[in-house]
Amino acid sequence: MQIRPIIAALRRHKAGTVLIALQIALTLAIVCNALFMIRQRAAKLSEPVGIDTRDLFVVKNEWVGQPHDIDALMRADIAALRQLPQVVDAYATDSEPLGGNGWDSGILHSADQRRETSHAAQYFDDDHTIGVLGLHLIAGRNFRSDEVVPLDPQSPTEPPVTIITRALALRMFPDGHALGKTIYFGPGTKPSTVIGILDHLHTPYTIASSDSFSDQSALMPLRLLANHSDYVVRAKPGQLSDAMKAARNSLFALNNARVIDPETGVIDYGTLRATAYARDRGMVELMASICVVLLAVTAAGIVGLTSFWVGQRRRQIGVRRALGAKQSDILTYFLTENFLISIAGVVLGTVFALALNLWMVASYAQDHLPLIFVCIGAVILLLLGQGAVLAPALRASRVPPVVATRSV
Amino acid sequence: MFGYYLDLALRSLKRHRMLTGLMVLAIALGIGASMTMLTVLHVLSGDPIPGRSAQLYYPQLDPQDLKGMTSSKEPPDQVTLIDGQNLLRAKRADRQALMTGGSVPLMPEQSMLDPFYVEARYTSADFFPMFEAPFLYGTGWTAADDDAHARDVVIARSLNDKLFQGANSVGRSVRLAGVSWRIVGVLDKWQPNPHFYDLNTGSFAYAEQVFLPLQTMLELRLDRNGSSDCWGNSGGGAAGILPMDGCVWLQFWVELDTPAKAAAYKDFLLRYSQDQKTAGRFQRAPNVRLRNVMQWLDYNMVVPDDVRLQTGLAFGFLLVCLVNTVGLMLAKFMRRAGELGVRRALGASRRALFAQLLMEAGVVGLVGGVGGLLLAMFGLWLVRQRPSDYAALAHLDPAMLYATFVLSLCATLLAGLLPAWRACQIAPALQLKSN
Repeated sequence: MQIRPIIAALRRHKAGTVLIALQIALTLAIVCNALFMIRQRAAKLSEPVGIDTRDLFVVKNEWVGQPHDIDALMRADIAALRQLPQVVDAYATDSEPLGGNGWDSGILHSADQRRETSHAAQYFDDDHTIGVLGLHLIAGRNFRSDEVVPLDPQSPTEPPVTIITRALALRMFPDGHALGKTIYFGPGTKPSTVIGILDHLHTPYTIASSDSFSDQSALMPLRLLANHSDYVVRAKPGQLSDAMKAARNSLFALNNARVIDPETGVIDYGTLRATAYARDRGMVELMASICVVLLAVTAAGIVGLTSFWVGQRRRQIGVRRALGAKQSDILTYFLTENFLISIAGVVLGTVFALALNLWMVASYAQDHLPLIFVCIGAVILLLLGQGAVLAPALRASRVPPVVATRSV
Repeated sequence: MFGYYLDLALRSLKRHRMLTGLMVLAIALGIGASMTMLTVLHVLSGDPIPGRSAQLYYPQLDPQDLKGMTSSKEPPDQVTLIDGQNLLRAKRADRQALMTGGSVPLMPEQSMLDPFYVEARYTSADFFPMFEAPFLYGTGWTAADDDAHARDVVIARSLNDKLFQGANSVGRSVRLAGVSWRIVGVLDKWQPNPHFYDLNTGSFAYAEQVFLPLQTMLELRLDRNGSSDCWGNSGGGAAGILPMDGCVWLQFWVELDTPAKAAAYKDFLLRYSQDQKTAGRFQRAPNVRLRNVMQWLDYNMVVPDDVRLQTGLAFGFLLVCLVNTVGLMLAKFMRRAGELGVRRALGASRRALFAQLLMEAGVVGLVGGVGGLLLAMFGLWLVRQRPSDYAALAHLDPAMLYATFVLSLCATLLAGLLPAWRACQIAPALQLKSN
């Protein structure tokens, strides 16, 4: 391969060469950072939630005024929901995985500890929760019904027993023996004994600031007597929409001094999950579409400039062909030329990409860009360049030798 | 000359449709993407209360205990009830208002309406004149009403429409949280964006429907929501219970008409903190802040990071599109070396050629601008379909419309500079000879 003459020719087209290289460099810088962000967000979209969302829905109930015996009202509601023919089981809580709102606090090894050992979402639950959500208990046991007690919102949360996720267990007890140990849900509280370990249970949050403890949750056998509660209900397979209608009607038939929002008050878990991740999904879609359009623009630019060069060099190509160069020689000439420019662009682009990433690390708390993404981006751009140059190069290879003898 | 160059530009652009189309498309895509994101950024970082944002300040104090203290730490974002009441009563500013948010059940007198919850703002009398809330009917309550724990309410226009079909409802009553309240005023449509005076309830597209005196709310212990941060053993209050003294959960705003008054107020805050420390209530050394509206929004980073990132990405995209256009324009201008050579030989100056070529770039910029505008409108429509709280606000205003064309034209002229200059360097004799 004669690289020397290619470089000599490129010297005569400095501006064009530099522009293509620059464009490839900028595209690489943006695309590999975008790919990295897509990868991160996509990982978040596929993180384990721990629950079986099929046939599951949530009723968001709010009492009107401040009723005196919320406990009795709540128990009546849950009993009514469990009796519905379309329903398998239900429980009352303050929040649910991916629901957006909830309680979370520092988890401690002792009551007088100053810095928290780890952080976790706390769910107010009962003995039906594991069954309704379809959680996997990997060690220990579920709550017994006699362990579930009402909790006045004024009192501290200090359940005698708790079930925590494996992720939280490992953070609190790195040796892997969490079962039977005690943890504290806040300074000055009573200890809670870990009686069960869950495989996974996501927190209510999907915002970036909560990513550090997304799988660290604790179940507490407490019925929070608040004005607002969520009822999580599992419908019989295939009867989700019937069950959602029946749930609303039966609750209002029982007691109508309540507010269940007509639009968002009864929500199936698929919708709830989609809403929770909508922002991340939107970011992935936006990044991906920008990448595709960007690559297309760059390819179009390469096609445009190369076509111009081919047009400009018809005479020279004709002369080369007349002097014995084969069609494949001409084709490889243009492919090699593009490859050389692309290599220069990729080298420059790697510098740009790392600089861009450093700036994002500093300003937006992004993670450092792994080099593999630069490599993937570089391969994409090299292939893109070769693909883009193929059509003009083929046209060049078909220039007949006779052109050399004609004036342009 | 202008008309002639325009004619030449159009002819030349028509001759190479493919190349022209590519350039216009690249410019349109770049402009469309960056204008979409710039508009979102513009909407999100706008001044919620133009003309007054520099006179409205948000005092911050540090009443926390010594646990977890670091030297450079910012004071909490809200105030405790005790400090809020003290500062409110001190009346050291031109106007001041203490407030928090909540939601209260409303029982309509019309039996065909079910009870429903309305978003409430509990505040004090100065709130309305200070934030220039526009009244459709009636007025706000007075400071005397605050002291008397009056059961007065100001309702929003949307609620007035729902309950009273838009009629003047001043003097009528409404049942909120089981208590009867007298309507003293109806606000016209009012929704500052961002919701600067309380960012805990959602920063955008949030509007309260009822405004109630805070002192009455404290007496009746109405439900509140929003954020409360506590230290020591003070628990975070749940529904129906007010947070304890070791919690910050109220927002306090003051109006200070001159910078001198602002400086004096900051001194007052320092003195107040020192007095509280001497009295043993505060444990930390005085640590106060006094930010105006825009500084407060900036400090709270109201514009989501994702939007900033997307805007950066869009401008990176525009940059690539421009480099692309420079390349294509270079190819296009150089291909016409022969024609330009003839013009030079016939006596056209380099300046004239340069102007002619830039005119061509300008035409590409204008057409690209129109395309970019259409793409930006489409992009904003896409943004509005997203479930974020600011989605509904993403509209192109006249300023951004104008900016689209300016950006497009400037960008393409800039992109045309290098190719035009290169093309003007052509030696006319050489070109004529080869022909």
